[in-house]
Amino acid sequence: MAVETGCLPERAAVHWRRTVDDERLRRRGRWWTLTTICHSLPFLAAAALLVAVKPVLAPVSVVLLIHAWGIPELYAARGAGVLRPTRRRSAPPSERRALLLLGDLVDDANRRLHASTGLVVEHGTLGEWVLGEAGALLVRPGGRRVMSYCVKATGEDLPAGDRIAHLLLALRCGERDFATVANLAFSGATWRMRRRMRGEQRPALDVARAAAARSSGRGAAAEPAQD
Amino acid sequence: MPRLIRLDQTGHTTLAEWSAADTEAFEAAVLAFRRELDRGYFGIASRADGTAEQVRSLPSDAPTVILRRPIAGG
Repeated sequence: MAVETGCLPERAAVHWRRTVDDERLRRRGRWWTLTTICHSLPFLAAAALLVAVKPVLAPVSVVLLIHAWGIPELYAARGAGVLRPTRRRSAPPSERRALLLLGDLVDDANRRLHASTGLVVEHGTLGEWVLGEAGALLVRPGGRRVMSYCVKATGEDLPAGDRIAHLLLALRCGERDFATVANLAFSGATWRMRRRMRGEQRPALDVARAAAARSSGRGAAAEPAQD
Repeated sequence: MPRLIRLDQTGHTTLAEWSAADTEAFEAAVLAFRRELDRGYFGIASRADGTAEQVRSLPSDAPTVILRRPIAGG
């Protein structure tokens, strides 16, 4: 199923933000990669310098290397965190009713995917979306870069299925506005994100990544991700 | 039969159902729709092909109109 570009009323609440489009996403991805390199590079340089000047300080260099490795991992963990299910759970009848409606909104493959992962995949013009209760991932064409967004329905009393339905409906109404309203939590390599996701959620990212790779083959420009 | 549904803490609530011939039921649905808009809900006309559209008045021909709450960046 495909999402449409339209106008979300929530866009007015973040009127100062420029509407997200393909080029803007590409630039933000590059900027994110550059920022991550700038955070990690000093640790790498210091580690190399220490070993070069005083080989006896090799253990300190190892600690610095661990820091350099850990920084992008921490970013990826934050990105994966947007898909973590909320602790609050509604009464079972409410959860069932919410799932019935969500099931009406998606196709059979997505129903099965949600049953096993708790996530829903939706095709968009900016890439493939993976929707959770309080956040979304956007796998860019080519499948190598993923962007992670914090976004959720207002109100704490909604069942989990309803939370996803809210995001799905908003996304279908206006994909670019949806990406503008949502807060970017991470942009980077899909493999790094996958490693930080819960095991049961990874198949949803795999489905989105495969679809993004196929869409890239159909003509959309693939976006690289080295970080 | 077209339905007006609200996403809420119960999972969802069907607020109204109408048919093309039943103008009375449709008018009752319009009133319910406006009441929910005033409470801060947004109306979405959802179609079977997986597309959706934000609506500010109740379309009589949409199979399902869903009322949702606003979303926000976390």
